[in-house]
Amino acid sequence: MSEAPPRPAVSTESGSAGSGPAEAGPGSPNALGFPDPGPPLFSSVVDVRERLAQVGYLADDGIAGVVHLADRLAKPVLVEGPAGTGKTELAKSVARITGSRLIRLQCYEGLDESKALYEWNYKKQLLRIQAQRIASETAEADGAEPDGAIRTGDSWREIEEDIFSEEFLLTRPLLEAIRAPEPVVLLVDEVDRVELETEALLLEVLSEYQVSIPELGTVRAEQIPLVFLTSNNTRELSEALKRRCLYLHLDYPSLDRERAIVRARVPGVTEELADQVARIVRSLRTLELKKYPSVSETLDWARTLVVLGVESIDAEQAKATLHVLLKYRSDLERAAKELAVAGEDPV
Amino acid sequence: MLDVLAGFVGELRAAGLPVSLTESLDAAEAVHHIPLEDRDALKYALGATLVKSSAHWKAFETAFEVYFSMRGPEYEIDAEPPEPSDHAPDGEADMPPGVGRQGGGGEPLSAEELAELLFRALLSANDAQVGALARQAVSRYAGMEPGRPVGGTYYLYRTLRNLDLDGLLERLMQTARAASPEGQLTPLEDRLARDEFQARLDRLRRELEDEIRRRLVADRGSEALARSLRKPLPEEIDFMHATREELASLRRAIHPLTRKLAVRLARKRRHGRKGPLDFRSTMRHSLSTGGVPVDPKFRYPRPAKPEIVVIADISGSVAAFARFTLHLVHAISSQFSKVRSFVFIDGIDEVTRFFEGVDDVSEAVHRINTEADVVWVDGHSDYGHALSVFWERWGEDITPRTSVLLLGDARNNYHASQAWVVQEIRHRARHVYWLNPEPRAYWGTGDSILGEYAVHCDNVFECRNLRQLEHFVTELA
Repeated sequence: MSEAPPRPAVSTESGSAGSGPAEAGPGSPNALGFPDPGPPLFSSVVDVRERLAQVGYLADDGIAGVVHLADRLAKPVLVEGPAGTGKTELAKSVARITGSRLIRLQCYEGLDESKALYEWNYKKQLLRIQAQRIASETAEADGAEPDGAIRTGDSWREIEEDIFSEEFLLTRPLLEAIRAPEPVVLLVDEVDRVELETEALLLEVLSEYQVSIPELGTVRAEQIPLVFLTSNNTRELSEALKRRCLYLHLDYPSLDRERAIVRARVPGVTEELADQVARIVRSLRTLELKKYPSVSETLDWARTLVVLGVESIDAEQAKATLHVLLKYRSDLERAAKELAVAGEDPV
Repeated sequence: MLDVLAGFVGELRAAGLPVSLTESLDAAEAVHHIPLEDRDALKYALGATLVKSSAHWKAFETAFEVYFSMRGPEYEIDAEPPEPSDHAPDGEADMPPGVGRQGGGGEPLSAEELAELLFRALLSANDAQVGALARQAVSRYAGMEPGRPVGGTYYLYRTLRNLDLDGLLERLMQTARAASPEGQLTPLEDRLARDEFQARLDRLRRELEDEIRRRLVADRGSEALARSLRKPLPEEIDFMHATREELASLRRAIHPLTRKLAVRLARKRRHGRKGPLDFRSTMRHSLSTGGVPVDPKFRYPRPAKPEIVVIADISGSVAAFARFTLHLVHAISSQFSKVRSFVFIDGIDEVTRFFEGVDDVSEAVHRINTEADVVWVDGHSDYGHALSVFWERWGEDITPRTSVLLLGDARNNYHASQAWVVQEIRHRARHVYWLNPEPRAYWGTGDSILGEYAVHCDNVFECRNLRQLEHFVTELA
């Protein structure tokens, strides 16, 4: 990696005492130049799962295992899976249990450097230059000796140093996460929405935990943020990005887990209702539908039923409230048909 | 451990998974941080570091089961057949006396006893016992002999035939019905109970597969078995020779694929080449830089969408290929200004109407198979007749904006080729492409007369699997 251009060293750190910014290389103990990962956040996989359960996120072994590894290996996690299976929720819950600040970068088509990394506050810089000019003009008018070229050159360098400093930098989520002195969970949401070229922006941040700003130097992370990238799989992500991440595929949960999720997340639901809800949803997922009911839709459905005061679902009620679960007319018709004619072989 | 890991990574690569060097280093690193005796933790650790696509998970799982099946004390199989001893230590306690005695190596259970125990275990969802009984069933029914070069499916089939899972399901259902208060289940309850038992039976089936695989590994060693179990990834399954199971996995794979393709093509259209300078927009944006046009803006070009005519052979040999192509083309029809489809065997019929106003493409494709009028004389492919009828009835509709796709293996059963039709089409259309699901080496052999048509086509593509098909469609739009 190229070091910063020989600009005057301006502190990029806002009053923190840890290993310094770019030039303070020796501060980082790791051979690769990584900052010290610090003590692990979790003691074991079981610990991860229990603490996640405390904030209402029921993880299975796979999820807890990957979060545990991400913490130990200091690697970002790429979470992929159908919509509404709790990808974003995972990042939020991890932030909650570790007491970290959650920094979120919502991706969209056309996201660029100035929205993801940093931007110079252009208008403020203009103001600064103008203020300088007015100041020097008034000084001249006051009769100070006009010292010609040397003066102007000096003042220009001064201004340049000034306007490309901390004060004029607008940090965006990625830089923010890198510079934060406190522990941070960085959530890069729906990373499949950005174009292939923009993905490259993420690479430096994710593998080296640093950001290069030509005018300022390289900003290295104070601490390694826990990074979650989520993807709805609308396109294949680049190999380069995948290689740097741990991969977690979040699928629809098993029957037991879904039932537990319903019980944990829907206040006032009875055990029987939760069981029925989970079983009906599982049956629906075995059908050939355009869009399968997601976990969040299951929860919505359970809430609807609780509000309606339903204690035990029969076919009629299920049919009447199915539209909470299924969002296509053809799906609704098929599901209603399947659930009604299930007992095609009477005893 | 490193040796095992290296062998495992080698197997994954051989199965077609792209595992890079850094990824295998990560895996080695990850293994340090997990308790090694925990098999699931190991599996997830390796999965998270080595597999980066959900489509590859299945291949990974198979390889994992083979490589790490023998390496736990509880999976030790006695050299002395046929009873595996002390497995599932936590399940032993609540096993009925029969099984406990059995596990100790006593006399084997009779067939009826085994079936009865299995039935009760399934009814009470006692997983540990189901597992134990699955092992017994394998040693009893599969009749595995060391060194016999037979695949696992053969043993599985033998075991399943003896266990009669359908009969078990019916019995379970009847018990459930009898247990309900009115002695009768509502249709909904019936359905749910059936799904529940089906899930348990699937579990049993998986247990059986695992057990058979474990024994095969013990017999032949991981490497050899991994090689024989290796299955093509979904995007590499050959259309022409897909088994029913593979076709199902193809169908599952095609849905996300169409979505991806649509997104990609839409993006390509929007962000492709830059158009001419948009003066107005440039001036507008220059206001924020004090009137200096720092950042020139360009108009986006709006290239015309192509019009597509698909002419597909749907006779037996290439039917699967035609189905997938039709599915794909229609699923992304928003990327084309117009799509018309024709299918033929020896007669030809337009099937565009099946796709109109239907939002379920697979439904429409299914209707084509049953309703399209494609048989003229005997139901054997006759490209010549089909093409000349096409020219007669719809030839006028081909315009210079049309791209024509001909799908088929050009195996014409020695009928006349009527290749002049393709020539005529080409004169009138923008492009004529031929997609052939056969391997390139077979083209022009036997009754394949692809050569006669190929000279009149802009290009002929080999389209044996989803990957090649996807590639072609991307080029087309």
